[in-house]
This record gives sequence, structure tokens and C-alpha cells, in this order.
Amino acid sequence: MRVLSYAAGRCVACRTCEEVCPETFFDETSQDKSRIRIHEGRETHRAEFCNQCGECIDVCPTKALARSRRGVVRLEDPLCVGCLSCVGFCPYAVMFWHSDEVVPFKCIACGACARECPEEALEIVDVEEPLPLGA
Amino acid sequence: MSISKKAETPRRVLAEFSYERAAAERGYTGQTLYVNVGDGTIESRPVTETMKEQFIGGRGFGLYRLWGGVEDDTRWDDPENEIVISSGPCGGITQYPGSGKSIVVSISPLTDIPVDSNVGGHFGPLLKFAGWDALEIQGKAERDVIVVIDGRSGRVTVEEAVEVPVDTHLVGHWLIDQMAESDEDRYYMSVVAAGTGSENSRFGCLNFSFYDRHREAPRFKQAGRGGIGTVFRDKGIRAVVVKSGPVSGDSNQPADRARISKVGSQLHREIFEYDDEQNQMRKGGTTYLVSIMNDYDLLPVHNFRYGSHPEAKKIAGDVWQDLFTQGIPDGCWYGCTMACSHAVDQYEVRTGPYQGERVIVDGPEYETIAGVGSCCGIFEPWAILEINFYCDTYGLDTISFGTAMGFVMECYEAGVLDQEKTGGLELSFGNAEAAIEVLHQVARGEGFGSIFGQGAHRMKDFFVEEFGADRDFVEDIAMENKGLEYSEYVTKESLAQQGGYGMTNKGPQHDEAWLIFMDQISNLLPTFEDKAEALHYFPMFRTWFGLCGFCKLPWNDVVPPENAETDEPQKIPSHVQNYVELFSGVTGREVTEDDLIEQSETVYNFQRVFNIRLGKGLREHDAVPYRSMGPVTVEEYESRAERYDKQLREDLSVDPQGMGTQEKLAALRAHREQQYEKLLDAVYERRGWTPRGVPTPKKLESLGIDFPEVIAIVERFL
Repeated sequence: MRVLSYAAGRCVACRTCEEVCPETFFDETSQDKSRIRIHEGRETHRAEFCNQCGECIDVCPTKALARSRRGVVRLEDPLCVGCLSCVGFCPYAVMFWHSDEVVPFKCIACGACARECPEEALEIVDVEEPLPLGA
Repeated sequence: MSISKKAETPRRVLAEFSYERAAAERGYTGQTLYVNVGDGTIESRPVTETMKEQFIGGRGFGLYRLWGGVEDDTRWDDPENEIVISSGPCGGITQYPGSGKSIVVSISPLTDIPVDSNVGGHFGPLLKFAGWDALEIQGKAERDVIVVIDGRSGRVTVEEAVEVPVDTHLVGHWLIDQMAESDEDRYYMSVVAAGTGSENSRFGCLNFSFYDRHREAPRFKQAGRGGIGTVFRDKGIRAVVVKSGPVSGDSNQPADRARISKVGSQLHREIFEYDDEQNQMRKGGTTYLVSIMNDYDLLPVHNFRYGSHPEAKKIAGDVWQDLFTQGIPDGCWYGCTMACSHAVDQYEVRTGPYQGERVIVDGPEYETIAGVGSCCGIFEPWAILEINFYCDTYGLDTISFGTAMGFVMECYEAGVLDQEKTGGLELSFGNAEAAIEVLHQVARGEGFGSIFGQGAHRMKDFFVEEFGADRDFVEDIAMENKGLEYSEYVTKESLAQQGGYGMTNKGPQHDEAWLIFMDQISNLLPTFEDKAEALHYFPMFRTWFGLCGFCKLPWNDVVPPENAETDEPQKIPSHVQNYVELFSGVTGREVTEDDLIEQSETVYNFQRVFNIRLGKGLREHDAVPYRSMGPVTVEEYESRAERYDKQLREDLSVDPQGMGTQEKLAALRAHREQQYEKLLDAVYERRGWTPRGVPTPKKLESLGIDFPEVIAIVERFL
């Protein structure tokens, strides 16, 4: 499956990814609409984003969440009723919601952030099993 | 699955009404729909500010419209009786679990007073999104009709019921075959139906559908209590269909969506984290209660004689978890991650007209298991499923069926009934086949089933008058109050819950108060004042769910770990605050916890006065059968002799040594009946009622419902 991969050792928490992501999907740079969240630590940093585990697919009452041919879990907006079940039931709390938006959102491994990351801390990879959170 | 339409049945329109669909705004569309199936009148009626301020929605709107539609002497089968369906301002939000309920109100064939029944399924929210805060049905059709409300085209029709089936599971197939014009249509429509059993009994229920996208089939939830299905069929209605068009997280147009999203996502998380270690609602729904009730001697066994049974493990939660299909989001409205609406798929029907069919059985829930199971001495899961399926499709309330059957079985074993009187049926405890045959007879309106279909209250008179039964005996053991059969908890050791049932406005249903653990197990209500306070707060708080379109279960069937450290853990303070946020967030009206209670108090007192208006609602109508208070028979006393002897010694200062069981029974009874009267005194005082149970004008004035016609009712009893 296609997933975003994060190298904590390279990340300098410049937050470029948190700006690129909302710009890509919402045409704005508000970081609370980012599908990737960077948490700064003293020595190393941590990233939160979807690892495409697919647990959310089973809790969606309208079957709005499904896995694409490349293994990415995607939300089909017209089917979504904005119930946020997936937000509460995401094991990694990386399905996000925002007050401006009726439907939730998540990383779909589009690679936009990886392309812009100045430290090359992010990349799109193909894996057999979901990676641990933030890996 | 995509729609492959069968040949469409021609539709014969008898009455028609066009309207412009009003979008919901802060939870209200601002209009209700009136349909008279007798004379064909269809019209829009405005929702006034008084309605929104004083009656809120849901049950409040139902009672308000019903009050205006009926006379003091209206009975259930008069044309002016109404069926009112309303969800409430928060009904239809998708973000918070348990926010899609409909509340149905009508004059009950069982009690002759208003009944309110809270039901899942999609009808209420979709009705709102089709443009209506409530549906008010009046009149009686000459020939059977259907009512179709199409919010997309802005058209309401009353149509002749051409080839529309009566039994609900068939109506589900009909809905998809005949009413869905596209795949998407299936998602956004809902039907209300009853069944053939509703035609021949007083405890008919209504089934409310929702389309299960995972099973690709319509499913049903039941407005079970009080016989509204009977009213529905008496009006000549086979189905009411609503179509709304697509639903989104914004369909209810809340004032502050972020506010409700915040508490909604928080509760989803609580359920995710704690449900599995708490009640496992997501795996088994309310079936977990069977073993708890059995352990605490609260499970009704053999018509409430006992509270536990060695065979209860055969019908306990783990058994049902194995039978339910797991891994499907079984919410009865979008976003309910409590997901208790489980089903047994591919159940093969064993008896009756649908023998051999493979069907979805919606449930069973705890009340059904305890009612048609342990209360009747039936501990076989297949029999419970069979009765559950047939009660639903025939449109019969499983609680009334189970409690009334328990009464009949005890009468049979006591010799009040025999095979000659039952038409050859051996109706002893545990005889599932005989109970199922009565169920089919009810649907056919035949044999003993036609007597049984009258319900426990009327069977008492029938058994006395026709079969020579002892009046005192049947009065003691028939578990009914105001004409409604009890729901499924043994209350002998909880005085507060005896009152919780006895004082319930519609009759003994536990949705107003469930105080057994607080009272009996935790001893948190030692004084009459404590009990009265609980019988004020909890009925008012729980009533509030039905004003707004909420389900009670997400309030206390999962709790955050820190709840135990709060001052009043039994109230689940953090969840109460959620409801404050939700009401404020939807309506834009800032409220406090106290405001929620006052909103309920208004509607609750109005309903009490409504009961008085129709001839009940006084102290004498809050009397309960002695079986709910204590042991009626020697056998019952002796089964728990140690407990009762101890009470005689400690509570009555009576030495049971040397006393015969009859003597001990009498002493205990005198004490318990006296305690109950003291409880009524304390609760009435707390509620601002007279000793006769009548709300005072001062109380009604403080609640803003001192309307002249309301005051005129209570003044007759002051």
C-alpha cells in the first residue's frame, strides 16, 4: 500500500508540510487544516498522519470510506454524512475535523508535503503492512 | 446491489398537497404537517414560538398537537385521535451518538391516556429534512391508505393502498421495490408500518425503517409501547413513507456546528476507548443486562415471581454476541457509534405463515429477552428470536406480549385457565410452542389469541367475569398499571423504582426512571426525601431526551473513568454537560443544566394534566400491583424467606419465629403498601402536586403553562 513515511531524525520542525498540505486541499495555509501534524520534542520531533491501516472503513455507516487500488484509504465526500465516527474511532487519532468543514479529512499519501520538505524527511513509499504511527 | 425495479403498481391518489420544502434552521423547519386520512385534508401548520419555548419538540410537540386535536371524551378509536411523530430540534444531527430518535404520541388503546414512544430508525430526521418538524395524522380512512411525503418534489399524497402488504418485513421489501427510484433513494427514505397483529390487539407497535447500507436491506426499530400500531391500523393506514433527498452533517443547520462536533467526536472517542471494557454495547447491545439482572435478583422470572433463574445463562449476553453479526456499524441513525441495533441475519423462521423464510431479526434487546424469555420461563434463544421476529412483523409490542404472557402462564398454572379455556393450549411456563401459537392467533384474531390481544388489564376482568377467577389474585399478579404492561425489571426490593414505574405518565415503562441500583444496591436514597428528589430529577432529565430527538443510552451506557470521582456520578455530569452543549449548539439558545430540567418539567406536568383531562392522572391511578412491591404467594415468600424474615425483624420489629407464612406475608404487605403511600406523598410534594397527585395552578404558572384550558382541568380536583 502507498503510505507517507517520516524520518524523525531528519525533521527540523520547520512546518513546511503543515502549510503545503492545507494549501493543496483547502487552498489556504491554516495549519489546523493540515492532514499531517508535527509535534516538537527536545531532541527529536514526532509526526501524526494516517498510516492507511483502514480501521475507519469498518466504522463508517455510509461506506464513504474505502481503500483505493493502491491501498490508500479515501473518503468519498458525497457519501459522507459528517458523523465523525471515524474521527473518534481512528486508533491513531489522525482522522481530523475542522469547524469550517462538514466532512473529516485525512492523509491520502498524495506526496505534496514530501515534495516540498526541505530536509527530505518525508517520502511516499509502498509497504505491505501499515507502518507504525509517524514512521 | 442496484435497483432492478419490479413492475410498478399503479398508484391511486386520493388527496394531494404541494408545498415548498423549508430547510431546517437551528433544528426547526418552522412547520408541521397535518394529514387527515378520513376527509383528505392536508395542510401545513406553523410552529409557534410558544411551541419552541415551552414544548421544545418531539414528545412536547406531540402532546401539544394531540391536546389541540382531541376532546375530553376522545378515545383511542375515535377519528379525532391523532398519531403525532416528531423528532425534536437536535434530531438529525449526525455528529453525536443517539441523535436520530422519533417520538410518537397518541391516545393509547391500552391506557385511554396519551402514550409517548421513543423509537430509532430514520423517519423522524428525514421527515424534518423533508420540511416538517412533526407529522400529525387524524381521521379514519374508509379503505386502507398509504401516506407519502416527498420532500424532493414537495408533494404529500394520501393514496389507496394498492398491493401494499400489512406485515412489516413485507412492507420493507415493498418500499424498495415500489418506492425507490434510484439506488440513492433507498438511503434517504423511511417507512412507518404496523402489521396484522396490530389489527387484532391493543398492543400494536409501529416499526420505523432505516436502510442498512452494509446489509443492503431495510431494517426496523419499534415504537413499542402503548398500542400506537393499533391506532395506526384502526385509522386504515398501512404505511407512511418519507423521502428527503441526501443528508449531510449540516442538514439540521445547527447554530454552531463546531460545538456539536467537538462533543460528538469526544463521545465517539469515549466509546472507542471504554465500551469494550464496560458494557460492550457495540458487540451485544443491551443484552449484557440479562446476567447483571439475574445476578442481582432483578430479572423477571415466571411473571415477576422471582428475580433469577439457573437457566438464565442460556439467554445471556455472550449467547447473543455469538448470534449477532459482528463488525457492522449497527447504529439506527448516522453517527451512533454506541451501535446497539444488532441483528441476527439469515434466521430461518420455524413456524407460522413465514415458516422457512430467511429473515433479519432486529434484536433482540434486553427487554424482549426478559419479557418473552425469562418472564415466561422460556430460555431457548430460537424461541426468543421467533417471537421477536413475529412480534415485529405483526406489529406487536414484545414487552406487552411478554408481560401479558407471563400473567397468562401464571393463571394457567394456578388453575384460573385450563386447556378448555385456552382452546387446547397448555400455557404453562416454559412452553414456547404454545406462546408462539398464541402470537399467531393474535395476528389472525382467532381463539385464545383474541382474548390475549386485549392485554393484561382487560384479561383480568375477562378471567374474573368469564372464568370465575379470584379478583384479588389477578389484581395482585397482573403486572400492569394504568392499563400498560410493565417493562422488565423486578422492583420488589426498590421502593423508589416501584414509584418510578407507578408514577410514570404513560404507564410502567422504565424510560422515566431506573433507580434500582441507586436505591437497592448502593443505598444512595435512604430517606423518602432522597427518593423523592431522585423521582423528580431523573424522570425530568430522561424526559428531556424525548423532547429533543435523543436516545438515552449514550448518556449512561458508557462513562468516562473520571466519572466515579464526581460529586454525583449517577448523573454522569460530563455527559449532562454534553447535552447542554448540544442544545445550545443546535438551537442557538444558551441553556444550563437546570434549564434542561425545567424544559422537561413543563412538558411532564402538561402530560400529567392531559392524563387528568382524559380521566386518569390522579393518585389512585399511580397504584401498583402488589407483585411489584413484594411476594404475593407463599411459594414466593419462601423462596427468599431469609431476606423477608430479616426485614420483618429489622424494619418492622416483628419476630417471624412461630409465624406462619401467610401471617408473615400479610405483615410484610401491610408495611410495604404503607411505604408506597408515603413515597407518593413525598414525590407529589417535591413535584409541586397536591396529595391527590394534581399539579397546582402555582406550579403550572411557574412553568408558563397556566393556559386557561389547562387550569380549568386541574381546578376540578383541587
